[in-house]
Amino acid sequence: MAEGIEDTVVDREVDRSQMQVSDQVAIQITEMNKWYGTFHVLRDINLTVNEGERIVICGPSGSGKSTLIRCINRLEEHQAGRIIVDGTELTSDLKNIDKIRSEVGMCFQHFNLFPHLTILENCTLAPIWVRQVPKKEAEETAMHYLEKVKIPEQADKFPGQLSGGQQQRVAIARSLCMKPRIMLFDEPTSALDPEMIKEVLDTMIELAEEGMTMLCVTHEMGFARQVANRVIFMDAGQIVEQNEPEEFFNNPKSERTQLFLSQILGH
Amino acid sequence: MTNQIGYVRSEMLGEKTPPALTVGIQGWIKDNLFSSVGNSILTIVSVYLIYVILSGMLPWIFLGIWNAETLSECREIFAQRYGDDTEYACWAVIKARWHQIIFGYYSADQYWRPILGFVLILLSIAPLLYPSLPKKMFLISFASIFIYPWLIWGGSIWGPLAIALGAILGIVVYRFVTDRFGSLIGILAACAAALVWWGLFSGSAAATMQAAIPVTIEEVSSLNLAGFVLSITIGIVAIIASLPLAIVLALGRQSDMFIVNKLCTGFIEIIRGVPLITLLFVATVLLNYFLPRGMEFDKILSVNILVTLFTAAYIAEVIRGGLAALPKGQYEAADALGLTYWQAQRQIILPQALKISIPGIVSNFISVFKDTTLVSIVALNDPLGIADNVRANSDWNGIVWELYGFIALIFWIFCFSMSRYSMYLERKLRTDHR
Repeated sequence: MAEGIEDTVVDREVDRSQMQVSDQVAIQITEMNKWYGTFHVLRDINLTVNEGERIVICGPSGSGKSTLIRCINRLEEHQAGRIIVDGTELTSDLKNIDKIRSEVGMCFQHFNLFPHLTILENCTLAPIWVRQVPKKEAEETAMHYLEKVKIPEQADKFPGQLSGGQQQRVAIARSLCMKPRIMLFDEPTSALDPEMIKEVLDTMIELAEEGMTMLCVTHEMGFARQVANRVIFMDAGQIVEQNEPEEFFNNPKSERTQLFLSQILGH
Repeated sequence: MTNQIGYVRSEMLGEKTPPALTVGIQGWIKDNLFSSVGNSILTIVSVYLIYVILSGMLPWIFLGIWNAETLSECREIFAQRYGDDTEYACWAVIKARWHQIIFGYYSADQYWRPILGFVLILLSIAPLLYPSLPKKMFLISFASIFIYPWLIWGGSIWGPLAIALGAILGIVVYRFVTDRFGSLIGILAACAAALVWWGLFSGSAAATMQAAIPVTIEEVSSLNLAGFVLSITIGIVAIIASLPLAIVLALGRQSDMFIVNKLCTGFIEIIRGVPLITLLFVATVLLNYFLPRGMEFDKILSVNILVTLFTAAYIAEVIRGGLAALPKGQYEAADALGLTYWQAQRQIILPQALKISIPGIVSNFISVFKDTTLVSIVALNDPLGIADNVRANSDWNGIVWELYGFIALIFWIFCFSMSRYSMYLERKLRTDHR
């Protein structure tokens, strides 16, 4: 099976020196359940994420993988079980929710940049209003991260003037400006052309190399193999299999996983 | 060999001039006026119609008479000059009565008050219209809220000043309390402070100051407020006050909070389900009927409140459309960044939703400004009411087109400027597909 994983997108050596998984627990999910009305979307999810982990979540569409990571910053509400992020439990207490949201960055499939604000304003908005950072300082931070994602020259343009890949990199920079401890990626490359996928993945790899805790819902298996320390396969709202990438791809245990991998890697 | 595919150009072609019929004025005329048989017929018919209308209208307008005392005098002059059947406009009526149409029943030496008031309005909305102007100009806007009514209704200046002081007191309390106890308690404390001041102290404070330093201009009764001064007063108040109310209503209707949602929905649907004229009757006639004897609600004030509520209900629905047009991702991105509800609304959602709603909001503004003529139904003399009064006078009995044409022209100037401004604003705010 391993031969099937052609590494077309991630074409460089990943520097693993900073990628260390610590003993500190970043996210603890226990017995979490979620329903949409009466439809049981997430079933008995147990997941512990340590600081510095890079987790890739994959699975067929409708398996609940996006819903799972959207529960972590309360874009979706869970109805049973507990989610503890960075020592704070997610309850309906708005203070806790806002605290967790300011510690957890998120990138969306459709970028969700604010079209009426310039790139720079997109990046400084949350630091200024949520963290009360002075405008000048926020702009300096924003330029720092825009340089990091290699588009400082676009700072004064509007999102509509940028390509999809550039927009997604701005979205990553916007999240980073809040100096999050955890980053969530919800299919960040699914809406992009192949050549733009590469520039976004490169940015994500750099982030991983610096030791960021990351949870990525993605179908980029090359990225999973190179960067992740754990791959989770979900189906029908439950975690079916999880393992280290080598083992996961070379030697999938469950039949469901084997079928899924053969479908997405088979051609 | 004729089917040979290979071909090499041996000599490059030079530039040629395009056929004469495709460029210049000729080209334009052919493209736009005579591009097909049907189009040509339409062009000829339209030109003929325009000719018929203008050949009747232009002489009527420009051969009209400005100097006459009565309509019959006008007619005599026409009979002398052009024979019996010809009649052109008798603009003399405008010359004689324009000041009533514009200023209502103010005495001539008080005309400076509505004029100054109008200038104040222009100054106070200027920073809203052109954000590049200094923010300090909002101080003028704040002051106008209290000065404009004083200019229009007159009386002692200390009354409006005492009321303004209450507002300032509220703002100071809000700043002071919010720093310590959060914005909700801040708002409540500010309202309480202002209400206590207005209820208990402002009246006596104003009286004391008036006794010490009397500053008074002649009082004008609401009954004498008429013409465009009345229309503009009602229109401007409705336009300025309805927008914030509409935003609150639209957000309330979108809210997850059951009671707030149902209250806002109910309010909007009730107001929108009833004709404005009915509401005007309720406001002026029934309200006074229910109030205790001797206490009378100022008619213009109640009409003002009502027209404001009416406009707000309509604009709330326009804004709700704008809110619904925003992709869900915008809310999610704002949430994910940790913005609070109000921060997200203020920074992300409303700027975009209002931008989408500009054409709808402005057409509502335009229609409410024109709807101010409906107040003639509750015996207020809007410009049309004045026109009726002029026509009732035996000097001008029988005059129609000149009066209503003049009033229509003034309305058109206001409404057309609003419409142009809205288009300018749309162009300026267009950031998404540049």
